[in-house]
Amino acid sequence: MTEEKWTVKFVIFRKKGDQPPRYDSYVLEVDPDEYVIDGVERIWAFHDRSLIFAHACHHSTCGACGMRVNDVEKLTCITKIRDVTTNGGSLKIEPLRNFPIIGDLVVDMTRMYAAMDRVHAKAVHPLSAAPLEGEGIRPPKDVPRNNGDEYLRLADCIECGLCISACPVAGTAENYLGPAVLAAAQLQGLKHNPDLLDLVDCADGLWRCHSAYECTAVCPSNVDPGWRIMDLRRQVVGERIKRWFVKA
Amino acid sequence: MSKLHAIVIGAGFTGVAIAHDLALRGFAVTVVERGPIVNGTSGRTHGLLHSGARYAVNDQESAIECIQENQILRLIVPDAIEPNGGLFIGITDEDMAYREKFIEGCAACGIPIKELTPQEALRLEPNLNPKLQTAFTVPDGTFDPLRLALAFAASAKSNGAVFHLYTDVVDLLTDGQGNIVGVKAWDRATDKRFEIRGDIVVNATGAWVGHITSMAGISVPITPTPGVMVAYDQRLTQRAINLLNKPGDGDIVLPQRRMMVVGTTSFTIEDPDYVPVYEDHVQLMIERGSNLIPALRQTKERGAYMATRPLIGASAPGRSISRTFKAYDHKETDNVEGLVTITGGKATTLRLMAEKTVDLICKKFNLNIPCTTAETPLLSYRKFYVN
Repeated sequence: MTEEKWTVKFVIFRKKGDQPPRYDSYVLEVDPDEYVIDGVERIWAFHDRSLIFAHACHHSTCGACGMRVNDVEKLTCITKIRDVTTNGGSLKIEPLRNFPIIGDLVVDMTRMYAAMDRVHAKAVHPLSAAPLEGEGIRPPKDVPRNNGDEYLRLADCIECGLCISACPVAGTAENYLGPAVLAAAQLQGLKHNPDLLDLVDCADGLWRCHSAYECTAVCPSNVDPGWRIMDLRRQVVGERIKRWFVKA
Repeated sequence: MSKLHAIVIGAGFTGVAIAHDLALRGFAVTVVERGPIVNGTSGRTHGLLHSGARYAVNDQESAIECIQENQILRLIVPDAIEPNGGLFIGITDEDMAYREKFIEGCAACGIPIKELTPQEALRLEPNLNPKLQTAFTVPDGTFDPLRLALAFAASAKSNGAVFHLYTDVVDLLTDGQGNIVGVKAWDRATDKRFEIRGDIVVNATGAWVGHITSMAGISVPITPTPGVMVAYDQRLTQRAINLLNKPGDGDIVLPQRRMMVVGTTSFTIEDPDYVPVYEDHVQLMIERGSNLIPALRQTKERGAYMATRPLIGASAPGRSISRTFKAYDHKETDNVEGLVTITGGKATTLRLMAEKTVDLICKKFNLNIPCTTAETPLLSYRKFYVN
């Protein structure tokens, strides 16, 4: 951070109940190294107590504060104002797409949670199943186990919904499982979880994907759903061939 | 007999744990929260599942609460926790002077520790400060704050609790004689105002308890005490790393997903509604954090944030106030019937805070229903959204 001060116009999507949506503008003096969520929270604190927005951890572990910032999906707690506008510029803040709006900037992400449940997406993984490629620690095989137990870590996917909002297919196919969900299935692997095959190998599963890779572009948490969906297709084809031989 | 109706104000850690406990003990429960689940202090916690070792020398009541609750939470909510343990490391001679007291304190509180040589510690965690003189293993963990809270909320909901999120309590309803019989609410998602009547109102608003009690003309001795935390963009350890010394600023570094989080500072304020993240505090975190893990200096900042602890007691310096909690029956303290306030405490002790609060409520209604939350596994956090 610096002593620098910028003037930024926040243009916020507003909607209450059945009332028609509108945009409200608030001009704020900000430090450009503050995060977008800080500006949104200040609007609530000092300008308009009727504003609602989702947030919790403020450091990208919970996935609550996803919004569209100048038409791009962002996790607003780790998006510096400097990186998305200029001094004197504006920030258009809107709710995520492809989910029903509860009010203002808050959406109902039940669609995603239900699908994550259907593929039994794990919240905590053994380190060996979710390795830390390229991280600053030695790879797990070199590090002694923790009193004989595997190290566990919280999954990379924070279920923030950015990928589903950014996905051009999720908007037109409401039963499409969506990128985060298919990525969770890929991470578990069809070899060890054959019951996932029918769930992902269908029209609302991975064949619905058009390979736009918008999911990977917006993912704030190293999941790379686009690559994982392609890999899952490879796994599905492998399983199909295997089954063909078993039948024969 | 129809169920007694409890209205819980606040869906932070305390509120969701109380809602779960009340629902298990047969109450009809309505939770009113002005934002989403854990949007205040609870969501912005450091994320350390305390072993209690941090408090074992100066605040043993908190330390014992922590170690007991640590062991319970590992069992009832495994899908929100990285249970990899922690280390306390001593680097300077001053740290080493704390060693004896630390060993005695942990023994007195029943916290299992094991001393490692510097070589053993560096083998387990190669990114520790190589100048360390000693290290102790402790049963720390880290947790995801939102998913921890959602697991309690989901379980409460499955037992009938109703959650009004994005709904402010704008006033308390009274019976005309000053006793509390419900709340006036403002649902900001739909811009609708309504009243909720209940048999008891539970003020579980943490650092904000004074906002609610002032509606009944009551003040509670609470000191909102914020601290700043900074997240860095790389995971450098598997365990929580603590400085072997009395609690101070920036002396805990936690791994979480692919990050490290350093915290925290401690200062007091009047109004916790908005507290800025001060630049000098952020600088202090990298200074202190890199004392424990030097590689943090080469790591990019990912996020910086602030959370306001609700410390019990008025205007004493932050670190000297006990981290335990207190439940007030305002009938006893202020002759106002129908309102209970719970505040203080720590994330790690959320379940225990709920147990004690609901015990107090049951006693008020002459109910003898035991608490079962310590033995009841919680539902998956996703069940808060999915039926």
